[in-house]
Amino acid sequence: MTDLNCDQLVELVTDYLDGALDPETERRVADHLAGCDGCTTYVQQVRRTITTLGSAPPPDVELSDEARAALLAAFREPPS
Amino acid sequence: MRARAELPTDADLVHRLRTRDEHAFALVLDAWSGGMARVARSIVSTHASADEVVQDAWLAVVQGIGSFEGRSSLKTWVYRILVNTAKRRAIREGRHVSWSPVAGEDDTPTVDPARFGGPGDPFPGHWLAFPAPWPSPEQGMLAGEVQSQVEAALAELPDRQRVVITLRDVEGYSSDDVCSILQISAANQRVLLHRARAFVRGKLEEYFVASAPTDVGSEVRP
Repeated sequence: MTDLNCDQLVELVTDYLDGALDPETERRVADHLAGCDGCTTYVQQVRRTITTLGSAPPPDVELSDEARAALLAAFREPPS
Repeated sequence: MRARAELPTDADLVHRLRTRDEHAFALVLDAWSGGMARVARSIVSTHASADEVVQDAWLAVVQGIGSFEGRSSLKTWVYRILVNTAKRRAIREGRHVSWSPVAGEDDTPTVDPARFGGPGDPFPGHWLAFPAPWPSPEQGMLAGEVQSQVEAALAELPDRQRVVITLRDVEGYSSDDVCSILQISAANQRVLLHRARAFVRGKLEEYFVASAPTDVGSEVRP
């Protein structure tokens, strides 16, 4: 078993955060992170990126009143 | 902005939709149309056509609710219809989105190799300079500015990556749900998500480094 390099670790981040790594690789990632401030920062920044994406305000669009009314009408009388 | 009510359980909703309970339909219409528009916009070319896609998808839901088998959640099923409607629309608009893996998409580095030591360096494969820390959200960077950076980054992504990251990280769907909505494999989904996240992180990094006060910027080299 060899230690991971930083350039290998950055390619495993998504699988790591998804819990999709095999246990052995997951342990190597955790071991690397325990001793590497650069990769720890990198992973934190990926997490922050995900949080930022998730806090995007919903688009300021709604169905127009006309579209909403048309859909409700279609729901009442679906074309058979 | 219409009021957002708590949605009933799936079983209840499906039953009510099948028995043509208009109130139940209005609930899901109001709760999901905004998110659906966001996903549709990640696939088709204009906001106007995205809005039409959302309406067409709802019409398909109205017609197809009788055939919903409950193998996924109702929302996932609705989103699958949405994505399929959007894909057809994109093709009509001459915007061909290929959903199969693109050669080379999964084996090129997502972080510039120049940031790591080469074979002749003392620590090959390790950071030459650590990524600069980002200002904490409390440190005055306006949330709205950061959000516009993210939006701009999403717009630059290849279509498939943008759709996956929008569903996973913006809309908050699980990996299983995204695979089910897009009908792609888990491995393919993760490759697309990985590249998309690395790209957006890189854009945020550029933004934070460029807007850091110089006296702070000069301290971040290890």
